[in-house]
Amino acid sequence: MTVPVLELDHVDAAYGPFRALFDVSLRVDPGEAVALVGANGAGKSTIARVASGLLPPTSGSVLVDGADLSGQAPFRYARAGIAHAPEGRSTFASLTVTENLELAFRSARPKRDVAADLTEAFTLFPKLGERREQLAGTLSGGEQRMLALARVLVLRPRLLVADELSLGLAPIVTADVYRVLGRVRDAGTALLVVEQHLDHALALADRVVVLQQGEVTFDGPPEQLGDLSTTVLLPAGSPSRADPTDAAATDAAATDGGAT
Amino acid sequence: MSDALLSATGVTKRYAGIVALQGVSLQVHAGEFAAVIGPNGAGKSTLFDCLTGVQRPDRGQVTFDGRPVDSLKPAARARAGMARTFQRIELFGGMTVLDHLIVADRARTRRGGLLADVLTGSHPSSEELDRCATVLELLGLEEWAERPAESLSLGKGRLVELARALVCEPKLLFLDEPSSGLDRHETDEMGHALQRVQREHGIAILLIEHDVPLVQRLAERISVLDYGELIASGPTEEVLSNQKVRVAYLGGST
Amino acid sequence: MQLLEYAIRGIPTGCVFALLAVGLVLTYKTSGVFNLAYAGQAYVSAIVYYELRKELEWPLVAAGVVSILVVAPLIGLLLERVLFRYLRSAGSMAKLVTSLGLLIAIPEIAKLVFGSETRKNPPPLWWVRRTDEWLWPEGATFVLDAGQVATIVSTLVVVVGLVILFRSTNLGLRMRAVVESPRLAELSGVDSERVSMAAWMLSSVLAGLAGVLIAPLFASLNPFDLFTLLVAALAATVFGGLSSIPLTFVGGILLGVLQAVLAGTLPTDSVLTNGLRPSLPFVVLFLLLLFRPGLRSTRELVDPLATVDAPPPPPVVRARPQWVATSARVFGVVVSLVALLVSWFALDQYWLGLAISGLVLSVTMMSLIVVVGMGGMLSLCQAALAAIGAFALAQVVEASGAPVVVGLVVGILVAAAVGALLAVPVVRLDGVYLALATLAFALMFQSIFVPLSWVSGGAVPISVPRPVIGPLDLSDDRYFLVFVVVCVIATALVVIRLREGTTGRFLQALQTSDVAAASIGIDGPRARVVAFTIAAGIAGFGGGLAAIDLGQASYEASFPYIIGLVWVALLVSAGARSIQAAVLSGLFFFLFPALLDKLFAFPGNWVETNPDAPSWVASIADTIQPTWAQSVAFILFGIGAITYAKHPEGSIEAQTTASVNALVRRVEARNAAREPARVGGPGTGGTTP
Repeated sequence: MTVPVLELDHVDAAYGPFRALFDVSLRVDPGEAVALVGANGAGKSTIARVASGLLPPTSGSVLVDGADLSGQAPFRYARAGIAHAPEGRSTFASLTVTENLELAFRSARPKRDVAADLTEAFTLFPKLGERREQLAGTLSGGEQRMLALARVLVLRPRLLVADELSLGLAPIVTADVYRVLGRVRDAGTALLVVEQHLDHALALADRVVVLQQGEVTFDGPPEQLGDLSTTVLLPAGSPSRADPTDAAATDAAATDGGAT
Repeated sequence: MSDALLSATGVTKRYAGIVALQGVSLQVHAGEFAAVIGPNGAGKSTLFDCLTGVQRPDRGQVTFDGRPVDSLKPAARARAGMARTFQRIELFGGMTVLDHLIVADRARTRRGGLLADVLTGSHPSSEELDRCATVLELLGLEEWAERPAESLSLGKGRLVELARALVCEPKLLFLDEPSSGLDRHETDEMGHALQRVQREHGIAILLIEHDVPLVQRLAERISVLDYGELIASGPTEEVLSNQKVRVAYLGGST
Repeated sequence: MQLLEYAIRGIPTGCVFALLAVGLVLTYKTSGVFNLAYAGQAYVSAIVYYELRKELEWPLVAAGVVSILVVAPLIGLLLERVLFRYLRSAGSMAKLVTSLGLLIAIPEIAKLVFGSETRKNPPPLWWVRRTDEWLWPEGATFVLDAGQVATIVSTLVVVVGLVILFRSTNLGLRMRAVVESPRLAELSGVDSERVSMAAWMLSSVLAGLAGVLIAPLFASLNPFDLFTLLVAALAATVFGGLSSIPLTFVGGILLGVLQAVLAGTLPTDSVLTNGLRPSLPFVVLFLLLLFRPGLRSTRELVDPLATVDAPPPPPVVRARPQWVATSARVFGVVVSLVALLVSWFALDQYWLGLAISGLVLSVTMMSLIVVVGMGGMLSLCQAALAAIGAFALAQVVEASGAPVVVGLVVGILVAAAVGALLAVPVVRLDGVYLALATLAFALMFQSIFVPLSWVSGGAVPISVPRPVIGPLDLSDDRYFLVFVVVCVIATALVVIRLREGTTGRFLQALQTSDVAAASIGIDGPRARVVAFTIAAGIAGFGGGLAAIDLGQASYEASFPYIIGLVWVALLVSAGARSIQAAVLSGLFFFLFPALLDKLFAFPGNWVETNPDAPSWVASIADTIQPTWAQSVAFILFGIGAITYAKHPEGSIEAQTTASVNALVRRVEARNAAREPARVGGPGTGGTTP
């Protein structure tokens, strides 16, 4: 039996008084691609944040490669091989393209040859090479996602948590991003993909996890999803359910505006 | 040309050497539903900013409702009948949904100044509340009227932005990616709301959107921007089947 | 050639400006805090160095190392651990208010720890006792003293070091990343906590170095001299756009040179020169803020992951049930009446006087409600505007013999007019820059206008009589109390009406989103100018009342700019939108130190009257000094402001909201016991059916 690269074990999570996850268990095996789908406010981004340590679980535990990292700082997750491209802006707007990459390469453990890493990144993404001295904040939305992914392709982490990578992107750019995700998977990195657009996510995934109102309601191969795919995206209609993750989606939408 | 509600000619905008818009001309007719699409970084948001007065174009003219508005600031253009929503949702902190609408209504009617405030306290009048109630009803927001804006989901928040714009009784609505970040259900809700606004109230709409099916369903006419230039413009289906557009925007996948 | 010599003479001063300015830029770049408390941190190291070097006669290196490399970084670490790490995702306004609170609290804490006696002739950071004991080059016409050499050398080392840090070290890169988004940095594998601690320790070391180096410029150590110098150095900071270390350095040098050239070339006896020379940095700062290109377009970078934190409470909770509002009003009136009666019959002259001063101050506090609470503009010049109201009143009454009440009206109008003139350029600036511009204005006013006789009457303050209204002679404090209460109520009514009316609604919309407000047709600059002007008028009213209260229009006694900063800290921490907060913080400002004074004097007095008291009581009495009162009061005022980040609506408002919500919940639970509990938001009273 393989040790999963990421395992959430009966995890609850909350933003202050707002509970967002209820007893969620989830595992991602090495090299596996898992799609996480659900309506807005169902808790998808919250799972992504728990998976990378940004949000400590209120109960339950998070295991990376079998080691319990619950409650540890996110940089420990990063060093253990979890890469998280958060929803929306996931690059430092005030740093140049090169500096954005350098920051990640220099912080990786064990130590790496930063110069060689940079060369590799710019070979993989010639567009970024053309803009290496440009501030990341001045890149277009699509280029910023590519910058976030360049880091992942070079460092080859154990798991990439990709949160709504297609948000605010034109169809042609979304297609590009998913092509790169395919390469990430082919290079042996496991994927946990949070996605609104089912068709992209399902094409990529070995397994689908459906979230509804903070609980896992389906976990299996895409073929078995069947009719569920039309209903899972319906949110709970009650006005009393306020979910602060929605505000995060707002931020996400904002970032592209700066670039266009 | 003269019957266009909004008419932009040769709008050009540069930032630090980068050309964001290059001689873009665009018209929107009264009561029509038009859309602007294009890849990220094509200049759509810059175009909106130039049309609504948030930014000054380096070159080009904008006329609205038969008069030039180039020298008008955003607030003045809003009073002339342009209203907008934002890609990054922009609601007012510490206000209920109803408060949002009352503020917008006051800004339109110019009711209540300093003196009126001090002498009367400027409480919402029954006409004001009626007008706001009408808009809330149109968008199905009645239940949310007393809720603080911070507690709304993104989908509802976008509807409140739309409601706030509608209270201004605009002639033309600018919508910047109204479905961004919304799930399928919320997108449908938004689409229906927009359709009602345009058909039942005759308000012209100019939409920026990435959701091609939504654009297909709503828009009568599309303009396509790529690298700051208008590469196609015309009836929706015609433009979407245009080869140039497919290459630049759709990538053949949709 | 003469000019060149003047210019060279300006370089040492320029280095002082540059050193302070570069340190501020470093703090801002690495923590996002525009750290006004930098002056406080500098002051602590300067005291420690003074004590070690002069009192304990330690050798130079030991004293320098302990004060700059041990004490200073520890302070930085402490500030980061207990305070600023919780503020990483807070807005620049919250950070600024926090640093304002620290600016007030830190020097007073230092005085408690090290004693508040005057420290004369601070020693230089050199192998000599006094700066003029070592001159270089010897025997030349133009010589540098020990302090100047130390400053120039240190400044060059610091500037070069920082440039290297940011250009080509890993730590510099990490610091820049962490300040933009600590969480995003963590996702890249960076230990943000450690980087942030390192940043604060480093910037604190610079503050300590600056404090020790600059102290010998003054005859005695005083935190407010250091702060004034820091504000002067801000011109260089702004010159560098708050980000470029080399440009900031150049700005500092230019400022010093400009000052020296002006000093050398302008005639020495004109009023203009005397005012302009010391105030030049403030004038430059003000002009730079208004005209430096690129400053207005630098947008605050928002941490994209800030939403991981629990959402802060909304600044205003409306929709309190009607019965709560009504009973609160009745309760308020009853309490006020009782307080008035108690004051009338029970208070002696001393306490009555303090209560009156407190109420008078609450009028000025209400001007802060309009500009800060409603307008969202952190104005740091309300004290200056109050002074303008007081001076106008005094001048009119003295010149024309007009009734004092007429003078009050003139004061309001003049202050409002000045406020409007100031507001037109200033309201276009964003948060921190607006605060700095108003601070620059306050200092320009203090150094240029206050000394002029047509403004303040010159060295001797103009006296202002108490008015006689009908049969009531207000020189009787009890009648004056009633007059003041009427004034407070009238102002409060105006402010409440504005807050709840269209003006307040527009301003509130503008506070969260300028673009959205513009999109519905609200003219932002106009609304802000109006708010600023009204606030200036109210401040002028408060200033006029203060002059009547004191019997003279005295800048020194009533309106120094530093006192104005304390007012801001006090009101903002109590609740920037709340009338109760304004009244209570006004009263608090005068009554609290007086109460503490009585408290701290009590053990000593008791021992004196009871000679056979046990020795431990006597030792306690010996330790507790009545002079602590002012320090402790200021520390608490400062700490109050520090809580702002947690309760942006203010502590009093937070308390009120909490108790009202508890009350509402209890009543609702009783009314609707059968209905299942709702998860709804706080105090909204449920949704309409």
